[in-house]
Amino acid sequence: MVFALAGNQNCGKTTLFNALTGSNQHVGNFPGVTVEQKSGKIRGAKDCTVVDLPGIYSIRPYTGEEIVARDFILDSKPDGIINIVDATNIERNLYLTLQLLELHIPMVLALNMMDEVRANCGSVDVKALSERLGIPVVPISAAKNEGVSELVDQAVNVAKNKLYPAVTDFCPVGPVHRCIHSVAHIIEDHALRAGISPRFCAAKLIEGDESVIKRLELDRNELELLEHSIVEMENETGLDRNEALADMRYAFIEKAVAESVVKCRESREHLRSLKIDSVLTGKYTALPVFFCVLFLVFWLTFNVIGNALSDWLSLGIDRVTALADGGLAAYGINPIVRSLIIDGVFAGVGGVLSFLPIIVTLFFFLSILEDTGYMARVAFVMDKPLRRIGLSGRSFVPMLIGFGCSVPAIMATRTLASERDRKLTILLTPYMSCSAKIPIYAVFSAAFFPGREAFVMIALYASGIVLGVIVALLLNKTAFRGQPVPFVMELPNYRLPSLKSVALLLWEKARDFLQRAFTIIFLATVVIWFLQSFDTRLNAVTDSSFSLLASVGRLISPIFIPVGFADWRVATGLVTGFTAKEAVVSTLSVLLGTSVADLSSALSGLFTPLSAVSFLIFTLLYTPCAAAVATIRKELKSGIATLGVVVLQCLVAWLAAFSVYQIGGLLL
Amino acid sequence: MTLDQLKAGDSATIKAVGGQGPLRLRLLDMGLIPRTRVTMRKVAPLGDPIEIHLRGYELTLRKEDAKNIEVEI
Repeated sequence: MVFALAGNQNCGKTTLFNALTGSNQHVGNFPGVTVEQKSGKIRGAKDCTVVDLPGIYSIRPYTGEEIVARDFILDSKPDGIINIVDATNIERNLYLTLQLLELHIPMVLALNMMDEVRANCGSVDVKALSERLGIPVVPISAAKNEGVSELVDQAVNVAKNKLYPAVTDFCPVGPVHRCIHSVAHIIEDHALRAGISPRFCAAKLIEGDESVIKRLELDRNELELLEHSIVEMENETGLDRNEALADMRYAFIEKAVAESVVKCRESREHLRSLKIDSVLTGKYTALPVFFCVLFLVFWLTFNVIGNALSDWLSLGIDRVTALADGGLAAYGINPIVRSLIIDGVFAGVGGVLSFLPIIVTLFFFLSILEDTGYMARVAFVMDKPLRRIGLSGRSFVPMLIGFGCSVPAIMATRTLASERDRKLTILLTPYMSCSAKIPIYAVFSAAFFPGREAFVMIALYASGIVLGVIVALLLNKTAFRGQPVPFVMELPNYRLPSLKSVALLLWEKARDFLQRAFTIIFLATVVIWFLQSFDTRLNAVTDSSFSLLASVGRLISPIFIPVGFADWRVATGLVTGFTAKEAVVSTLSVLLGTSVADLSSALSGLFTPLSAVSFLIFTLLYTPCAAAVATIRKELKSGIATLGVVVLQCLVAWLAAFSVYQIGGLLL
Repeated sequence: MTLDQLKAGDSATIKAVGGQGPLRLRLLDMGLIPRTRVTMRKVAPLGDPIEIHLRGYELTLRKEDAKNIEVEI
């Protein structure tokens, strides 16, 4: 049997999903969209699967999440629905419940956070609420794993015995009631043929849901009949159709809540949240606190924990590599094979693993910020500047992480509620100069602008941001034209994050990264190794300037004539930069026959100050590294779109470098 | 007056929800319907959006969207 887990955002849905399934989860995708679909076997129930639907507030055909949730229910026809409701915020949560009830599918209500309600000396008359709604209601605390097994029993019971919701009417006799019934009557045959509940269709048709009109294949005559009774209702109630239905649902909820919920005092959690917010979103304190938190996260990730873990890891990798190298040498294996294993495979694996500590650490902090509810506040505080480029405050944190590393930044876009914002944010992340490019900037600015290194760095970061803004504005006018998703967001109460959820998320992100990115990065490293080790006749090379890679460099170097750095060694360096940006510097030093420390002086033969600037601009913008590309591929779910991103970045980089070099040449 | 004009701490009752498209529907879904009590909590530090309290929870929306909501103190 298949159950759908439905509920609002911030109601503890993920926590309940984890409690239901344990770590036995499968992450896939809803068909056709980049919305993640998590499913898992329910523990303690035989042959029961639960699918975690995206957190939604209503069943509407607008955001990707709403469409996904609705299509899943209408098309896959689950045997039962588990609707999780935050008991501390019951009115708004029940709004979705009423729409789910209309679907006429066996359903149970999981009344979450009951521990919090009780701690504030409140109570819910579960029996009264259950009678009102016509479905079983089970009080639970997902975080404390209370009531979960009873919830499973009830869910299995309603699904097995096909116990449909007993209440289907939510309004007293009157204009709205009349309208819903006459619409339901007109479309009943169509609805039954399509296998959807007539009552659900009626409500959605009154709300003007185009996709339901399509599903039911209504003809013009029937549509006119519908319109007639809807207009009649609007005239009688004085409300427009959408208002009338929302009002009908909320009126029913208010009555049900008044009968069954006792709230004797303002909840402590809510008061605490207001107090915390007086600082975290306070007029003068919000921004300083935010930047302190950000600095702390970055510092801890990239300087303290990430560094230490990286050092340990590379120490371990070096040990193993040395051991393997020694073993292979002692065995007397063919030197080419040895080079493949050591310089190709081990270097590739090492390269992949070196990202891992940073990703895990960063996501540790991010998931804590998200789960506590602080991320929603960041969106609240930072919304205004981002609105101008067609995004909302939610995109701020992922883009900021891009300054550290694009890979976790792109992975972090998962927290964005809308698919449009997510895609746009992913496309903009490469413009945030990542930390792996710092060695390139450092070497070049030391060589050509001694004493003004800091200025060069700031100028480069600023150029990236400015170009990102321009690209965002252009994309808003073209590919992302149309209505941005409304920014109407709940600010949930601050809560302590559950360790289990954080741990599960870290495990998921780490596994995700290793699985998907591994293949591409690994492949890229081996290909580069191959190109570096052989010449055009596939003989092993001793002098790197005769390698296939050098030939590739020579082949593409004419492209860089108009931008001022047509040397094949520079082109080769840029190609190796695809595996990791740090490689640009090391390749240049190998090809120029100097150490990295002496690279600065060697570069002055290859570049003028102007072409150096052009080169820096190019490296700032050209294709993201293999790991980032693999992540983009995973998040965009499209090889073509990913290729598009790579080509676009190279094109933008070339054009920017071209403008700098040509205009600079005219001015100087 | 409209929702965006409330001062921090002011409470009011919604009279009408204007605007159109998905945004208006989202507002209705979130419980902003005529005769609902709302309280203005604060304006974001950069001057926009605003935070309001209704039906026992906190909601943030932009001023330009709040302009479409008519309220009465």
